Amino acid sequence: MQEKPWKPWALLAPSITAVFLLLVIPVCFIVVYSFWLRAPTGADIPAFQFGNYQKFFADFFYPGILLRTIRVSLETVALCLVMGYIPAYFFYRSETRHKAALLLLIMLPFWISFIIRTLSWINILGDTGLFNHALMRIGIISEPLGLLYNEGAVLLGLIQYLLPFMILNVYVSLEGIDKNLLEAARSLGCTEWQAFREVTLPLSLPGVSAGCLLVFVLTAGTYLPPMILGGPGNDMIANLIFKRVIGTLDWPFGSAISVILLGLLCVIIYTYNRYLGISQIFKSFQGN
Amino acid sequence: MVRFRGIRKSFGKAVAVAPTDLDIEEGHLVTLLGPSGCGKTTLLRMVAGLETPTDGDIFIRDKRINDTPVHQRNLGMIFQNYALFPHKTIYDNVAFGLKYRNVPREEIRGKVGRALEMVRLPGVENRMPAQLSGGQQQRIALARAIVIEPDVLLMDEPLSALDENLREEMRREIDNLQRILGVTTIFVTHDQREALSMSDKIVVIKAGVIQQVGDPETVYNRPANHFVADFLGHSNFVAGRVEERRGDLVMVRLDSGFLLRAEHPGQWRAGQKVEVVIRAQRFEAFLKADYQAEDGVNYFEGTIKDRSYMGGEVNYFIDIGHKEELHVISMMRSRFFQVGDVVSVQVARRHCHLLALPEEKEPA
Repeated sequence: MQEKPWKPWALLAPSITAVFLLLVIPVCFIVVYSFWLRAPTGADIPAFQFGNYQKFFADFFYPGILLRTIRVSLETVALCLVMGYIPAYFFYRSETRHKAALLLLIMLPFWISFIIRTLSWINILGDTGLFNHALMRIGIISEPLGLLYNEGAVLLGLIQYLLPFMILNVYVSLEGIDKNLLEAARSLGCTEWQAFREVTLPLSLPGVSAGCLLVFVLTAGTYLPPMILGGPGNDMIANLIFKRVIGTLDWPFGSAISVILLGLLCVIIYTYNRYLGISQIFKSFQGN
Repeated sequence: MVRFRGIRKSFGKAVAVAPTDLDIEEGHLVTLLGPSGCGKTTLLRMVAGLETPTDGDIFIRDKRINDTPVHQRNLGMIFQNYALFPHKTIYDNVAFGLKYRNVPREEIRGKVGRALEMVRLPGVENRMPAQLSGGQQQRIALARAIVIEPDVLLMDEPLSALDENLREEMRREIDNLQRILGVTTIFVTHDQREALSMSDKIVVIKAGVIQQVGDPETVYNRPANHFVADFLGHSNFVAGRVEERRGDLVMVRLDSGFLLRAEHPGQWRAGQKVEVVIRAQRFEAFLKADYQAEDGVNYFEGTIKDRSYMGGEVNYFIDIGHKEELHVISMMRSRFFQVGDVVSVQVARRHCHLLALPEEKEPA
């Protein structure tokens, strides 16, 4: 292997080319666009100025949406973590022979279009949807409950989209834990719960942090659940970009918002890696 | 110390351990020896509380422990893959059991230090398990288990993951440590050499049933049945019938017609069907041309069919006619034979061990 140093590069070439052409270059375009001017006529004028960024931070409207995006993302992460760890742990401890089938069930929703899945909540939660209809039928309520078009509905849509990512990430790291470690902890004097706290939980953290990061990043960049299930006040940053670029064809401003979002996510990933020390956690497992 | 009374374990329909009685004495190192899947690990795990017996009772120091949960049994457990906590330092690994016994912090420090000295790894407190070699990790696991001063030390194939030379070293180390501490130890292995070299007592198990319990010499030299004779060491089996018994001397007419003299105390009846067990190492081989048969010594003649050179010794497979083959291990004190050499192999009477064979039912 050593006499052919080009060999790994040759193997990497197709993916590097794809990433470069389809990701790096378009991102560069976006960055360049974000400095352009937009004429009142609607034409884009090449320029180098920070007007678009100034506009974003001019008042509290746009940063407010950015803050809401962060808050909703954190809420989604927290809920997915709680709702995902439990089933992942169940799969890990379960001794059923049908583990593969259970895991397949977790993946099953991915076979249905994300839009359809999001839209289907309208049939369940809407004023004439399943839930309200049933409650009115048995006479618990007389007026339909306003279940849709609020932040709760958005979170619901986000969770049903992102939960499988969390479950699978946590499950994979749980599955990597040697069960002898638990038995060793038990034989040394731990109760079941103490063994979980001392061994299972810390050793599943790499999966937990990977799952959290993935859910956060995906939430921060999504626009469908807020668009379909959220009310007028529930826009997230990606909705803003969508409206600027698709709605008003304002590419320069849309690009600037995109760059801001990208910057935010980079800062978060960097901080995460640095202070939660993902690489440090991984290091401690080498050789085991 | 540890007593099994009618212990049985089945998984669904599969019987892992048949009803078993076994006594393990205080301070002894007892080996559970058998092929994989024979139930030896299940037996160990039932002592640990990691498996629940289907039937029967287990006592430690006369206290029935069936219903004592794992964490209250005060046992030290050693696993084949070390099972050190990868996210904790060596110090925290060894201190783990003490922490859950509410030992004061200063005392823990002293105890951990002494335990690490006992396994000859002082000063590694701040390392992570992954920074140590396999042998070192198993020593830390040993320190972690003995530091809590367990009533019983349970070892589940602790040497299997180590390579040959290291295994020998660790074996002696465990043996030494066990004798210094005097801790009752149950050692599970499928390696007969480990069992023979370390044990006060060997328990040979096959398919969940104890075949023989005894000290290493008894189990090796006086195997209770065919399985034990076959599992430990390299044995030759020849069938025959007792012709005559004079005190301890038993004359056996082999199926090949040869008359074999065996020294084996016991109530052997003339006409009884027996199987003669001869260890491959007990033979002495000579070129047939050079051999002068001594009076009253057993010897076989045959042609070397195959041989394999093992460094310290040579394995010969000798065709002695009647479709029988002898496996002879020579320590090469005499000469090195070639395939095709015609040889005489002799074996002393006291090395011929008899096993009773079941009689076929005679028609009434």
